[in-house]
Amino acid sequence: MTNTLKTKLGTIAATTVIATSAFAGDLVITFDDLNPGPKQAFEDAVAAFQAANPDINVTINNNDREAHKSAIRNFLSANPPDVTSWYPGNRMGPFVDAGLFEPIDDLWAENNLNEDMAAVKPTMSRNGKTWGVPYSYYQWGVYYRKDIYDKLGLSEPKTWDELLSNCDALKGVGVTPFTIGTKYLWTAAGVFDYLNLRTNGYYVHNALTDGKIKYTDDRIRATFANWEEMLDRCSFIDNHASMDWQGGVAAFAKGDAAMYVMGNFSVGAYRDAGLTNDQIDYFQFPEITPGLPMAEEAPADAFFIPSGAKNKEDAKKFLAFVAQADTQSKWNMAIGQLPPNSKATVGDDKFIQEGFAVVSGAAGLAQFYDRDAPAAMASEGMKGFQEFMLDPSKLDAILERLDQVQAEVYK
Amino acid sequence: MQTDISHTQSSWMSRHKLDIAPFIFLIPALFFFFIYVVMPIFQSLQLSLYEWNGLYDGDGQSTASFIGLENYRNLWIDPNFWISIKNNLLWLFLYMLAVPVGLLIAIFLNQTVTGIRIYKSLFFFPFVISQVVVGLIFGWFYNPDFGIVAKVWQFFFCEETINFIGNKTVTCARPVPDILSSADYATYGIIFAGLWPQVAYCVILYLTGLNNVAADQIEAGRLDGAKGWKMLWYVVLPQLRPATFIAVAVTVIGALRSFDMIAIMTQGGPYGMTNVLSHYMYEVAISEYGERYGYGSAVATVLFSIMMVFISYFLWRMYQDERRGA
Repeated sequence: MTNTLKTKLGTIAATTVIATSAFAGDLVITFDDLNPGPKQAFEDAVAAFQAANPDINVTINNNDREAHKSAIRNFLSANPPDVTSWYPGNRMGPFVDAGLFEPIDDLWAENNLNEDMAAVKPTMSRNGKTWGVPYSYYQWGVYYRKDIYDKLGLSEPKTWDELLSNCDALKGVGVTPFTIGTKYLWTAAGVFDYLNLRTNGYYVHNALTDGKIKYTDDRIRATFANWEEMLDRCSFIDNHASMDWQGGVAAFAKGDAAMYVMGNFSVGAYRDAGLTNDQIDYFQFPEITPGLPMAEEAPADAFFIPSGAKNKEDAKKFLAFVAQADTQSKWNMAIGQLPPNSKATVGDDKFIQEGFAVVSGAAGLAQFYDRDAPAAMASEGMKGFQEFMLDPSKLDAILERLDQVQAEVYK
Repeated sequence: MQTDISHTQSSWMSRHKLDIAPFIFLIPALFFFFIYVVMPIFQSLQLSLYEWNGLYDGDGQSTASFIGLENYRNLWIDPNFWISIKNNLLWLFLYMLAVPVGLLIAIFLNQTVTGIRIYKSLFFFPFVISQVVVGLIFGWFYNPDFGIVAKVWQFFFCEETINFIGNKTVTCARPVPDILSSADYATYGIIFAGLWPQVAYCVILYLTGLNNVAADQIEAGRLDGAKGWKMLWYVVLPQLRPATFIAVAVTVIGALRSFDMIAIMTQGGPYGMTNVLSHYMYEVAISEYGERYGYGSAVATVLFSIMMVFISYFLWRMYQDERRGA
């Protein structure tokens, strides 16, 4: 009953779209960021595309990010635009599997993207095909209070032991080493990802999020053992479970906490909280297992062509335009992120420069736990991480529960 | 001939006018009730036997696959489900406090003093504002940094100090209680917030009920020497039975569908400890990490059956009362 009703509604919606976009050369692009900076950068890119292709008439639908996340589930089948923004990794999985995205391997080959974007290709691929073009990504790592570090004579830790001894020094003067806000859970996943990437490396981490390794595996237990050591010797601020990530910035800005495992988007929040470039700095998450190649967390944002798009010809033109090195340079300088195209140039902001160096040398790029693991797994996993941070003694029960969910999710 | 037919028709119509009229007026309501209430119930019953991520493929075909009772089997071994059931029961029991508290406040407010209208409207106030706002305000109350709970706590156990780099900060002998992040207390914190508007609702119901209490019976009771609790218990309360019935009914339903507060205050957290069935259903089906519509429908079906127990009882009671009345 649902199906027929939905199909009918879908057909009605689809006919309306055909009616409104009957002219060849009409291109509808759906985007998902209303924040002034990203919105402007997107509009500038579209304007440049429009100038280069005057015969194409571009229409923009720009939505709030959260609204877009739920809307895309309907519009991809009911009323597909020609291009839509979305996320790679497992986040695109359900849409790819349902046949709602168009494979664009030819576009990758024609524009030499297989080389220029080699680093992000694995995450844009699924079922042996490539599905989208990333326009931006950003690094994760540890953001720290340089003034506190300097006052204590500490230096950026390169190894786990150095990090732990820095923590001892910070605690000695009453500074909580790490801040975090786990109310919305994902921040804890960032810490887990890095601990697992550094303890076990990229392949084990991927195997875990692909459901090929159990959570009770000894290697994953080793990650949690390191986490427990971090909770014990480093410690996170109190009450983190009632704060969002911006709430975690408060303790950082006040100087009550000195480090934050975060993505580069957080730099704006530190500056808004009154910190200057001299007070904050960035270091790559330190090595844990000696000699293990260091993989990084670098979530990408991308554009996709829905399989129901009316104007795939021009949609591909737009994606090829977005993939160009100079488009990516301009776009990412404007929003303070990294261009996935390796021929693009990066901005001169110190965090971008450092981040680019770290990401370029990475042994592999993870997309973030909630994009690498399927939604149902990510939801339980992140709950488990938060529970572990609040009460490490529950580890066994948590891991067994995650195994059980894993068995259900990856049938 | 022609006139005859139209004559018989119109007379049939006029003979049955009174029987037909109610149905004609009911048709629009029944139509929408069927489309928006009855049909979805059966659809979600059906969906609970499927595994579905909510997507249609390019041809508009649903990607659902039939798995029989698998969803219910998974529910049985899902600890989150049992936590939700436990919290639902907690809500049911503790929410019932709204009824006696509402009664006491209503009796207290049922007097004639200058400005009583202002006092009454102050007590109604929480019922008028949205549950979302109530949740937000209590979320701030409980906030361990700037909430009222934290401020009072800091007054007793904390002092202002200067931290390592010279900023003012607060150091506490005992850490400020973080009610909404505590697996043990968070649900009680939310229920307490939920009681505020629910008590107001019961106050309204009882105040209207108190208006209808027969003055002569009070008088008679007073002549017979009834006072205080005895007057309340034997004379006033029996007359308030209809109000009590409605108050209990709306409180039970309110407790079972408690969703807004949880969504605003904790999103079911910390780690799912404040989930109730309605919120868990939302979490597994509709939320960002949901996408399991079949499983969500199974949760909804369980919640529906629990509600049916109460609703059937209330309907039966109402039916009985009406029959007695008629």
